[in-house]
Amino acid sequence: MDATAASLADGVARGDRRSIARLISLAENDDPIGAEALRILHPRAGKAHVIGITGSPGTGKSTLTDRLIEAARRRGKTVGVVAVDPSSPYTGGAILGDRIRMQSRSTDPAVFIRSMGTRGALGGLSSHTADAVKVLEAAGKDLVFVETVGVGQAEVDVVRLADTVVVVLVPNLGDDVQAVKAGLMEIADLFVVNKGDLSGADKVAADVEANLMLAHPPAAPDGGVPWSPPILRTIAERGEGVVAVLEAAARHRAWSETSGEWSRRRVRRVLDQVRALLERKVTLFAFEPDGTPRPAWKALLGDLVAGRLSPQDAAGRLLAAFKP
Amino acid sequence: MTERPIRVLVAKPGLDGHDRGAKVVARALRDAGFEVIYTGLRQTPQQIVAAAVQEDVDLVGLSCLSGAHMTLFPKIKQLLVTEGAEDVVVFGGGIIPDDDAARLKASGIEAVFGPGTDTREIVRFIDQHPRFAALRPVAA
Repeated sequence: MDATAASLADGVARGDRRSIARLISLAENDDPIGAEALRILHPRAGKAHVIGITGSPGTGKSTLTDRLIEAARRRGKTVGVVAVDPSSPYTGGAILGDRIRMQSRSTDPAVFIRSMGTRGALGGLSSHTADAVKVLEAAGKDLVFVETVGVGQAEVDVVRLADTVVVVLVPNLGDDVQAVKAGLMEIADLFVVNKGDLSGADKVAADVEANLMLAHPPAAPDGGVPWSPPILRTIAERGEGVVAVLEAAARHRAWSETSGEWSRRRVRRVLDQVRALLERKVTLFAFEPDGTPRPAWKALLGDLVAGRLSPQDAAGRLLAAFKP
Repeated sequence: MTERPIRVLVAKPGLDGHDRGAKVVARALRDAGFEVIYTGLRQTPQQIVAAAVQEDVDLVGLSCLSGAHMTLFPKIKQLLVTEGAEDVVVFGGGIIPDDDAARLKASGIEAVFGPGTDTREIVRFIDQHPRFAALRPVAA
């Protein structure tokens, strides 16, 4: 066992902020020491309530998250936050600005906030967001909020990571057909209509409600009563309605635990992580992190470029040569 | 250490509301391939250091136009050391007289960029810093 990884894991388990921060970085950078520390910490993770906050850019996700942190702290809960913002597809650079709105508890030692760039991932999270969540869980946080990038309609990876998904809507973004569309509108366990003081808030809430009335939600995993997503109104800027969001999330957790949904999602989450690790290992066997081919297959590359080899052939040969 | 994006916290300590410079620098660093965490106006040294630790940044860039830089910049450097983050490189900018800049450098602020600085000069400062020689931005 790597001594550095062991002491890092130990630091995280003690809640040491430098260790938490460093391990998230190592995981994010595919460092083997980070992978080993995550392995050690795995049994400690899995106890936090992971709440995803998603919605279009500018709907108030960060402000809502800030007020949820405050409400959770008032209830004595410890809180972790992973806030994802987009990386540039051209330079890899990013402006991670979610912290600007998350200042209520910025020096509270029971709150740990981490910003991540998407680094090429397209589903609203980064490929290592799950690792960051795991680190915060292992550090003993009761609640972990995951704020996605501002999403459009189909970036729904958060549903694979969160126990409870909060979809944040605002007035005047479209007509009632938007509420019927597949994707984002299907993944909500809770709808929040933020900026509820703007005109049009009633209409959004009504559109969503009308859409929910048409749905035949699948039965709960235990065959019991399905969860019916509540539609909540907030004015996050003023903190109005935020406690109700936290309470609804707690009700969703309680329903999930009794209905079997909690473990269904947790099983899916670990399976997703295994799949992601496999994809990543195979990809990194063939490619450098920046996407250029590894030296080992320079010859193959020549044939590929010259058209003597198809992409299918090249992938087949690389898989045949794959060593973990 | 393998290649990875360099992470920079751009922060505005003090009570002035002039964030144009901080935003221009943040944008320039983004375009140079850095991950920039921007925390907004009127941050206390404690808030800035808490963010620097949680974000595990390589550098902290401070912008102050209120005249309080001689108090705030060294205080932030000192708090970083207290937190065990003495390896974080601190640089700054704003309306800072040359005499003050020299004293700031003596207190551990590694570079001071005044008004009119070409943003590429700041990028060069980071790129050529010995701490980051092995850590080119991903797309560079």
